[in-house]
Amino acid sequence: MAYERKFKIGKPILEVNNISLAFGGVKAITDTSFNVLEHEVRAIIGPNGAGKSSMLNCINGIYKPQQGTVSFRGQVVPNITPNIMAQMGLSRTFQNLALFKRMSVLDNILVGRKLHTKTNFLEVALQLPKVKKEEKLNRERSEEIISFLEIEDIKDTPVGKLPYGLQKKVELGRALATDSSIILLDEPMAGMNVEEKRDMCRFILKVNDELGTTMVLIEHDMGVVMDISDRVVVLDYGKVIGDGTPDEIMANQKVIDAYLGVEH
Amino acid sequence: MKPIFMTYTKKDLINLAVCMVLSVLIIPTFIKTEYWYTSILIPWLCLALATIGQQIVMGYTGQLALGAAGFMAAGAFAMFNLILRVPDLGFVGSLIVSGLIAAAFGILFGLPSLKVRGIYLMVATLASQFFIIWMIDKFGWFKNYDSSGIITAQDIVILGKPFTTPLAMYFVCLAVTTILTLLAMNMARGSTGRNWMAVRDMDIAAESMGVSLLRTKVQAFAISAFYCGVAGALFAFCYLKSLEPVAFDIKLSFKILFMCILGGLGTINGAFIGAAFILLFPVLLNAIGNNVFHGAIDATIISSIEQVIFGLLMIIFMIYEPLGMAKLWENLKQSIRSKLSSSGIKGIKSPVLKK
Repeated sequence: MAYERKFKIGKPILEVNNISLAFGGVKAITDTSFNVLEHEVRAIIGPNGAGKSSMLNCINGIYKPQQGTVSFRGQVVPNITPNIMAQMGLSRTFQNLALFKRMSVLDNILVGRKLHTKTNFLEVALQLPKVKKEEKLNRERSEEIISFLEIEDIKDTPVGKLPYGLQKKVELGRALATDSSIILLDEPMAGMNVEEKRDMCRFILKVNDELGTTMVLIEHDMGVVMDISDRVVVLDYGKVIGDGTPDEIMANQKVIDAYLGVEH
Repeated sequence: MKPIFMTYTKKDLINLAVCMVLSVLIIPTFIKTEYWYTSILIPWLCLALATIGQQIVMGYTGQLALGAAGFMAAGAFAMFNLILRVPDLGFVGSLIVSGLIAAAFGILFGLPSLKVRGIYLMVATLASQFFIIWMIDKFGWFKNYDSSGIITAQDIVILGKPFTTPLAMYFVCLAVTTILTLLAMNMARGSTGRNWMAVRDMDIAAESMGVSLLRTKVQAFAISAFYCGVAGALFAFCYLKSLEPVAFDIKLSFKILFMCILGGLGTINGAFIGAAFILLFPVLLNAIGNNVFHGAIDATIISSIEQVIFGLLMIIFMIYEPLGMAKLWENLKQSIRSKLSSSGIKGIKSPVLKK
């Protein structure tokens, strides 16, 4: 890349070691390992049903793999739960949108500030000065994110009433609000038009560039993936069939076969 | 709108002022008949408080719980025993401790919410209803070994002053309900309420943001039971003036559930609207029966009609306006406002999306 990165790509922040996951007799992921380096944009691609979302769910602790471990900053995380991963500094978005539908955009993003909220319910009920102070800080940070994502004019609208593209943006905003060091994005651009996709790419790169947030994304649009990611891992039938820079991936015969089909 | 004081906006403070003037000055000045205090206003305040408890667990946290009356019984009998055995606590102290005892039951019976949800949770929480009532019936100690089954509630004494007239009791209920309502609003609008609603709307995402499902659900059950417990104590001491487990049966739990749903899930003012409706509607029906039909309709038929109409309304609201009467009220205000704004009055924000 031609430009100078503010945050140089560093050591592995996240390592997936020999993960196998099966639902009953169906193997979703088989003995898969790859790593994610700090400050990089890492894409996970693969045909439908390749186990990409299952992979993210394993990393995030929603699924419990039968085998294998996930390491965060060099340490194996025992008993992964979504909550523990959030506390370690990993946030995510979901494939089919998992927003708080009846809450406003601002409130959704404020929930992302949960781990920066230390006051308990009694203090909140009595609105002690420290609650007001904390709430003010959290609101300021959320407003910053809202203006960064250019969604100021919908901040008080209930999320359920927004079109799909905007909801995706709100979900990114909520993940950003956690100030996590790594964000997993599960198909952040699915169902978007070209213009919305371009916007989303811009936001992802901007976050990565300005905050140094490590990004792991699942995406189907090859053009987008090859454009924005530093490294790509390709899954097919739950196995890694390619891992490397976009150029290496595009030259990989196995990947080409998986995508275009191969004569037997 | 920006909050001015605590989490309250200018509009809230105006509403509060209007309610306070109405309930502290106007009602005591103009309503002299005891009936209104003993049969309408006092139960209304008590049940509205219990409905807020139900709102917290059901409307805000999305946990289908049924058993508010069980926690009310816990609060009421805790109050009786505290005043009897620990007189030093005083009325207010006993009321708070009664709430805390009910909250302890709330935590216990809220634990199933971690494993089961929806209608199954509703069945699981029914256990609280039956267990608490059974426990009070089974162990004579809770009733101070009273053989009659109905115990007279002690007189309310606060700081040496007796509060025994209907008006005085009304003020006690009003004070407690107002304070707890304001605290509930603070919680609902602050980070606590956001955690509740996040769990309600999408628990997996909430957990991925670091919201602990265990803590949030159990906390909601505890706070809910605290509100129900305090409401139960007031209900027994100010309204029933006696304590009997039968008064807190499953019917009362259902009544509170209806108040919660008809009033509007996830709203605090809905608790008051719902409670008023369920309490006043039978009164209205009776008045119609007496004045329009001159008693030609049997009282039992009227009470059956009441049940039918409640049932119908529940179905209609569930289908057409799940947010209940509070939402209808908002819509009404909105339509009046938009009519005013279209006739050229400024300062009213359009709810329409710009983008």
